[in-house]
Amino acid sequence: MTTTDMPRKVDTGPRRAVRKKRPSSAATGGLRRAIPATTLLWVLAALYGVPVLWFVLSSFKPAGDLFSLPLTLFPTNPTVSGYEAAWDSANFSQYFINTAIVCVIATILTVGVSCCTGYALAKYDNKWLKAFFVGILATTMLPGEVMLAPLFLVVRDLGFYNSLAGIILPAVLTATGCFMFRQFFLTVPDELIEAARIDGARELSIFLRIMVPISRPIMLTLAILSFQWRWNDYIWPLLMLNDPEKFTVQIGIQSIVGAQNINWSVLLGASVISMVPLIVIFLVFQRYVMNADINAGLKD
Amino acid sequence: MTKRASDVSVSPPRRRSKYTLAPLVLIAANVVLFALFFLWPAVIGLVYSFTNYTGVGAFQFIGLDNYQKLFGDSIFFDALTRTLLYTVLFVPLNFVLSLLIANVLVSKHAKGVSVARIFFFIPWLLSPIVVGVLWRWLFGENFGLVNYFIEKFGGSAVPWQSNADLSLIVVVVAASWAWTGFSMLLFIAAIKNVPTSYYEAAALDGAGPWRQFISITLPSIAPTSFIVILLNTIHGMKEYPLFASLNNGGPGTSNNLLVQYIYQTGFKSGQIGYASAASFVLMLILMGVAIIQLMVNRRVENR
Repeated sequence: MTTTDMPRKVDTGPRRAVRKKRPSSAATGGLRRAIPATTLLWVLAALYGVPVLWFVLSSFKPAGDLFSLPLTLFPTNPTVSGYEAAWDSANFSQYFINTAIVCVIATILTVGVSCCTGYALAKYDNKWLKAFFVGILATTMLPGEVMLAPLFLVVRDLGFYNSLAGIILPAVLTATGCFMFRQFFLTVPDELIEAARIDGARELSIFLRIMVPISRPIMLTLAILSFQWRWNDYIWPLLMLNDPEKFTVQIGIQSIVGAQNINWSVLLGASVISMVPLIVIFLVFQRYVMNADINAGLKD
Repeated sequence: MTKRASDVSVSPPRRRSKYTLAPLVLIAANVVLFALFFLWPAVIGLVYSFTNYTGVGAFQFIGLDNYQKLFGDSIFFDALTRTLLYTVLFVPLNFVLSLLIANVLVSKHAKGVSVARIFFFIPWLLSPIVVGVLWRWLFGENFGLVNYFIEKFGGSAVPWQSNADLSLIVVVVAASWAWTGFSMLLFIAAIKNVPTSYYEAAALDGAGPWRQFISITLPSIAPTSFIVILLNTIHGMKEYPLFASLNNGGPGTSNNLLVQYIYQTGFKSGQIGYASAASFVLMLILMGVAIIQLMVNRRVENR
């Protein structure tokens, strides 16, 4: 796995890339070979797509039709009442705002901090940095789930219990982010920095004025990933938050599931609403995720 | 100046160690976060695992009592074996599915790849909570789509929720479905890096697609396969939210997993010391996995 191809601008659609190299076999193989491969692809795609499709279509059924037999794929009387109920009930709009605040702030901080750290790790060399690099490596081996209790006590003692800051701050230290930026800055030639130094630029202004702007593609990739991690977080917000006013979307959904009698109409609506932001972001910025070189350090 | 310039041209450019302040300023924020949210909890977690701390008030050091108690705790052992079983089922299923899909996606014969890819990728975007809700909806015993079709084709409804083993299998399938997008991405990158000349040579020798896959693709992507297996193992060992929303560890408590056990002993019954000891058992397992990963990485890099 190469670790340097992240900012490449070429179209890396896999089929096209392979095809360019082997135009002849595509022509001779022709339809006879395209049919089984295409069938297999779309059978698999259906297996992955149908559960989501069924789920989303069901969410447009009125509560009374959800369980009526025979089951029909398309809602006969489409309605958004499930969505309205979800949005109005249980402060769902408040959960949405809370989650958005957490995601945006955590993502900005994660990208900024990781960029600084990754650059320092890639372009400077002293024993403190080496020690810190080992420390960051260690964080990949000890995930948050392992330290739930002690981390909870630390954050509580710092006075962040039941606040959004208690969710945001521990999330900012991400090994993946640091490694992504480090990999990228390793590919930037040292001569660029040397030239700037000869021109009299100071260290931090080299970083801010030259390095930050050229790392924009990595920033976007990490921003999307970070947004996704924070949006989907469950166990840490569950521990941290006590006040229903501060709940995040995932906790809101889980509290509907945990009820004695599940209100499926509300649950389906709430779940679909919670999917929308990530899917929109993904569809818009697809290539930054698809082309990202996701290496061994990738985790939240 | 000129001396250094000539150095540069001979050996690879050396990073200079005379800069101390600038790098320290750059990493300062992360160092603070690291100390507060990693080092400190890790240290006090280790300390608490030797105490009877409840989260408030005073506590006593009780030596290895917590660890001894863990080894006699059948609930802990059930959670541990269930977690291992879940991981052992999830990792191979996810591996096979994502490798199959990655291969189909890079195939030059398949049509509509760029659209189909999105279908495989969307499940990875969904939160484990939503994935759980979705599969609970599909596998409902009385109302689910799956049982509906089973009954329609003459079978009888399958107790997906009330049979402990079946309900574990539903989570395994759901997790594999949700994590395919991620593993598939790693595999696609690896497969595209295999030189096409290998395949051309093999085709000239008369090797069919299956033979090419076994003799060329699989060995060439071995490092990625290791990474996928190890990342999924780590992920599987820490699974909890998916269980929380799919069957809540049920039926009953039969599918309670390690993280849920830690959560319940630590926060529901306030046994922070005991939960910390359980955490350190999980940590030792994960560290074992991570060390294997580091060793494999090093061997691959040195090759």
